[in-house]
Amino acid sequence: MPEAEPVTERDGGTGRASAPSGEGTGQQHDPTDRGHFGPYGGRFLPEALIGALDELAAEYDKARQDPEFGERFDDLLANYAGRPSLLTEAPRFAEHAGGARIFLKREDLNHTGSHKINNVLGQALLTKRMGKTRVIAETGAGQHGVATATACALLDLDCVIYMGEVDTERQALNVARMRLLGAEVVPVNTGSRTLKDAINEALRDWVTNVDTTHYLLGTVAGGHPFPVMVRNFHAVIGEEARRQILDATGRLPDAVAACVGGGSNAIGIFQGFRDDPGVRLVGVEAGGHGIDSGAHGATLTSGSPGMLHGARSYLLQDDDGQTIEAYSISAGLDYPGVGPEHAWLKDTGRAEYRYATDAEAMDAFQLLSRTEGIIPAIESAHALAGALRLGQELGAGSLIVVNLSGRGDKDMDTAAKYFGYVDDHGTGGRS
Amino acid sequence: MSGLDAVFAAARSEQRGSLIGYLPAGYPTLEGSIELIGAMIDGGVDLVEVGVPYSDPVMDGPTIQAAAGTALRNGFRLRDVFTVVESVAARGGHAVVMTYWNPVHRYGVDAFARDLAAAGGHGLITPDLIPDEAEEWLAASAAHELSRTFLISPSSSRARIERAAGASTGFLYATAVMGVTGARDQVGAGAAELVGRAREVTDLPVGVGLGVRSAGQAAEVASFADAVIVGSAFVSRADSGTRAVRDLAAELADGVRAPSAGEARPSGLR
Repeated sequence: MPEAEPVTERDGGTGRASAPSGEGTGQQHDPTDRGHFGPYGGRFLPEALIGALDELAAEYDKARQDPEFGERFDDLLANYAGRPSLLTEAPRFAEHAGGARIFLKREDLNHTGSHKINNVLGQALLTKRMGKTRVIAETGAGQHGVATATACALLDLDCVIYMGEVDTERQALNVARMRLLGAEVVPVNTGSRTLKDAINEALRDWVTNVDTTHYLLGTVAGGHPFPVMVRNFHAVIGEEARRQILDATGRLPDAVAACVGGGSNAIGIFQGFRDDPGVRLVGVEAGGHGIDSGAHGATLTSGSPGMLHGARSYLLQDDDGQTIEAYSISAGLDYPGVGPEHAWLKDTGRAEYRYATDAEAMDAFQLLSRTEGIIPAIESAHALAGALRLGQELGAGSLIVVNLSGRGDKDMDTAAKYFGYVDDHGTGGRS
Repeated sequence: MSGLDAVFAAARSEQRGSLIGYLPAGYPTLEGSIELIGAMIDGGVDLVEVGVPYSDPVMDGPTIQAAAGTALRNGFRLRDVFTVVESVAARGGHAVVMTYWNPVHRYGVDAFARDLAAAGGHGLITPDLIPDEAEEWLAASAAHELSRTFLISPSSSRARIERAAGASTGFLYATAVMGVTGARDQVGAGAAELVGRAREVTDLPVGVGLGVRSAGQAAEVASFADAVIVGSAFVSRADSGTRAVRDLAAELADGVRAPSAGEARPSGLR
């Protein structure tokens, strides 16, 4: 398969092109054999891990063509995770969106409360297939960690979760959940003590214990085959959403919106619509305190190409190639990198990326709660904020699907403080 | 014969292993790192591995992570690595640079190679760049006559070792254990086996790193490898100043000359 020419300039590769695609519906838009999406992706990791990545890629390819694996995965999705998730119209919320109709893809209703369960079930099954007995994972908000601990409990795998110390404080309840599920949670106190450093620490563990251990990466980043494999485990989101919106409205949406940290929920829903040229694919990044403030996680909006955690993609970096720490009120979007396929979708123009600030996301968080009785994850609230603006732009009669990637229970502490619902003692406060 | 070939040839002619010492540029400060590296050369290292402090060093254990963090907080800029390399050359030493790939990618691969060669550096060791992804570096290193050292690990298949050896020039870097950098009481038992597997496919000198901290370990490694690479132990010793670093270099230099270092006989020459 031909490799695309490397992009040598920061904004190169703006011409439209499509990634090489394989045979059959499951392999549409696959990267090259070496995991390249145009100039992005690949493997920028220590040689010590290449054998494990090769083994994983080979096992995944076999599993993908094995009907038994597919049946087992589908069965877990249906009878354990609770798929298909609903597609819910949000008419009262949409009144604030310029007359657009808005539908929510309810990944918040999955077991463990987010889309993350799709990928962890797939990878946990693969771990068993490979005969490995120990799983490690990173987590930011705690959703991937909880999902991983859940799958490990279900499938009898040892589980160690690396979590930045800052995040263990922001998401203390999720730490307790993971421990209840039998996982060991290791607070990471190096670097920025957030998701980026949790991934570094997980990679160090993996280099040391690769014979027995599978690194169950939680997003579409990392070295090949993680970006394509994680995407494909989440593709069910888009497949369902496309079918459901056609059933509900008889037509395809004008736009699909999803939040983007590493980008797994976004790529999952985009996958269902990327061959429908009339559907705009809109990723919404974390604008934090605003791009000009420097305190944000808007990697595709304001980053530049480089390598982080095993793949070439966009990242937040300084002139010397040192990673710049990201910021977001949402722990799950607080990441200075992004999956390589998103970089390629941006450069080719198939998807567009914008951002919502903390304030915009929290407005949308409260608005959805009060108009629809659905408390979204703050991550997903970024997508909702993006949809409100898209609705204004697209106008009356337009149709938008938002990926509601997770539920907001885990965020109540942050939200209660943000809105002043509790006083300093954690009780009472203004109404 | 490139500068690096001459370094290994000199040690071989004395029937001993080479000693490669690592310290990060800019640790604890730029001036401090130049002095510490000077002390390492005075103590007898054959080749200096100048590290580039990086924000996300996934191959490094706590010691080198902490040193990188200190260097960055104290204002290390990437171009400072060339100042350090120049200082090594000015002292009559030899230097290669060990760096994660993103800083080089950001600087521009060809520009980095050009400036490294101009500073008198011999080449690069690239812990997170595998030959499969190294097209730009293969071209730049050829254009600027720099050596390329790729890594092999106990988990590498024969095909992967062939690939790394085929793409490397100067020397090949064998990581003794599965894991990150850091001084260990024992060098992995798999190290000798890995060097043996490398020897089946290449005539390049093979250096062994990850975990060596004592003269005894240096002697043991020198009994089966061409070069002994010491990193974290030097970084730890740097806290105690230049004399301590020079003393460690001298101890290790004795180690690679010890009678137990395989067939190598102590030459008594320096």
